[in-house]
Amino acid sequence: MRRRGPLGRLLVWLDDRLGLADLGKLAVKKEVPVHKHTLWYYLGGMTLFLFLVQVATGILLVFYYRPSAEHAYESIQFLMAEVEFGWLIRSIHAWSANLMIFTAFLHLFSVLLLKAYRGPREITWLSGVMLLGVAMGFGFTGYLLPWSELSYFATRVGTEMAGAVPLVGSFVGRMLKGGDEVSGATLTRFYAFHIWILPAACFLLVAVHLFLVQKHGMSVPPDVERSGGAKGHMPFFPSFLLRDLVGWLSVLAILAALAAYFPTELGEKADPFAPAPAGIKPEWYFMFMFQTLKYLPAHILGIEGEVVGIIGFTVAGVLLLLVPFLDRRVSGREDSRLFTWIGIGVILYILLLTYLGYTADPTI
Amino acid sequence: MTNQSEERPVHEAASYGDTSRKRFIGWLLGTSAGAFLGAVFYPVVRYLMPPPAAESAASTVTLAIRPEDITANTAEIFKFGSRAGILVRTPSGELRAFSAICTHLSCIVQYRPDLGHIWCACHNGHFDLNGRNISGPPPAPLEAFTVNVREDQIVVSKGD
Ligand code: FES
Repeated sequence: MRRRGPLGRLLVWLDDRLGLADLGKLAVKKEVPVHKHTLWYYLGGMTLFLFLVQVATGILLVFYYRPSAEHAYESIQFLMAEVEFGWLIRSIHAWSANLMIFTAFLHLFSVLLLKAYRGPREITWLSGVMLLGVAMGFGFTGYLLPWSELSYFATRVGTEMAGAVPLVGSFVGRMLKGGDEVSGATLTRFYAFHIWILPAACFLLVAVHLFLVQKHGMSVPPDVERSGGAKGHMPFFPSFLLRDLVGWLSVLAILAALAAYFPTELGEKADPFAPAPAGIKPEWYFMFMFQTLKYLPAHILGIEGEVVGIIGFTVAGVLLLLVPFLDRRVSGREDSRLFTWIGIGVILYILLLTYLGYTADPTI
Repeated sequence: MTNQSEERPVHEAASYGDTSRKRFIGWLLGTSAGAFLGAVFYPVVRYLMPPPAAESAASTVTLAIRPEDITANTAEIFKFGSRAGILVRTPSGELRAFSAICTHLSCIVQYRPDLGHIWCACHNGHFDLNGRNISGPPPAPLEAFTVNVREDQIVVSKGD
């Protein structure tokens, strides 16, 4: 396979030093099973693509953004009104964040319902659920950064919730807020989380996640396996990757359209000494929790309602993380209907509460 | 190949080694690693913890609002040190003041003239004109302050 010409010689030179041919062999060997659920395989790559869009636009935003209570709002006003294409970069960052969380949720639920978490992919699942947690952390910290009225109160509620967790709550609450109240100190802290801590965690987890996906290959759902296995396989390179690319380009087009037709708004500047506005709401992916808190009574069995709610969500999160270890039947290649129904129940609950969050009259 | 033959004797020496000495070395390494990590992370965790804010000693504030500026069935938010308070003039004309920080998840409350009582927009919490939580998720009443009108100044103080 020795190639001629200067380019060929350069490739050979590089190959001797980097071992590119081995990578090439790996890429050629990788295959993706084809069956009726193959479509769901594209969601992880889609999420990764949107994450890369976030990295790129995020880096661009840092050029103008100023992380302090005095300047944050004004710097974004300036970005939106004066900087050429500032509105575009910011809107794409905001829309892509939403789409990323959306595809991550779809990815999670498809993996849950197709039982792709079963052994030996438990650690892939763990890293994936943690990545969703990191993504929500990105959303939560990023929401505050414009220092607008809505984001300010959403953060007050959010950090207060973290502070209400028994035992570690007050420590976590103060650590998040950088003081006793949501203030300029909180903004600076959230900025540090948003552009340093969380990206670092994200890169590590993505590396683990991708390595494991590469190591174990794609999981074939149990029902496909029982009915005789996949119809066939397509090579990852180039067939699957090209299909991925079609998806990514489409998403990019959708992002551009969303950003152009529905540019992200800024709202009023936060004022810590003004009442919370009537329409206060968090990002949509926190809405089901937010709405649940509205329906919980002040006291449940003598414990404050919100503490019960928060413990409930924490327990639910831990259970979600442990699904591969709890679902013992699926590891024995049996049908685990129970977990399918629980998964569907959770999806319906989230959909219903999110719907109520946007439609129920908040003022009665 | 030469490497392996060089390594072997070292291996064997280790497996013949005195186990209690090995355990001691292991313990020594383990505790030093632990102490090292502790020495690195303790300052970092302490660093991340913000220093306690000096509690504003003020237990009394004189408001910038004059009594005649606030009409019946309205309210104003005021600063009580670093926190927010709400001054309400009831429909019957009385002045009352409370902490404006909702006891649920600490949003700032507001006065609803249409309901004639205090309301929190965040999760739809309601408080009556004595600050008592009457419906919604808030688990406790709003802290009440004392209002004194001295000539044309409103003075709000904590405690009785
Ligand atoms: S913060 Fe006031 S009702 Fe929740």
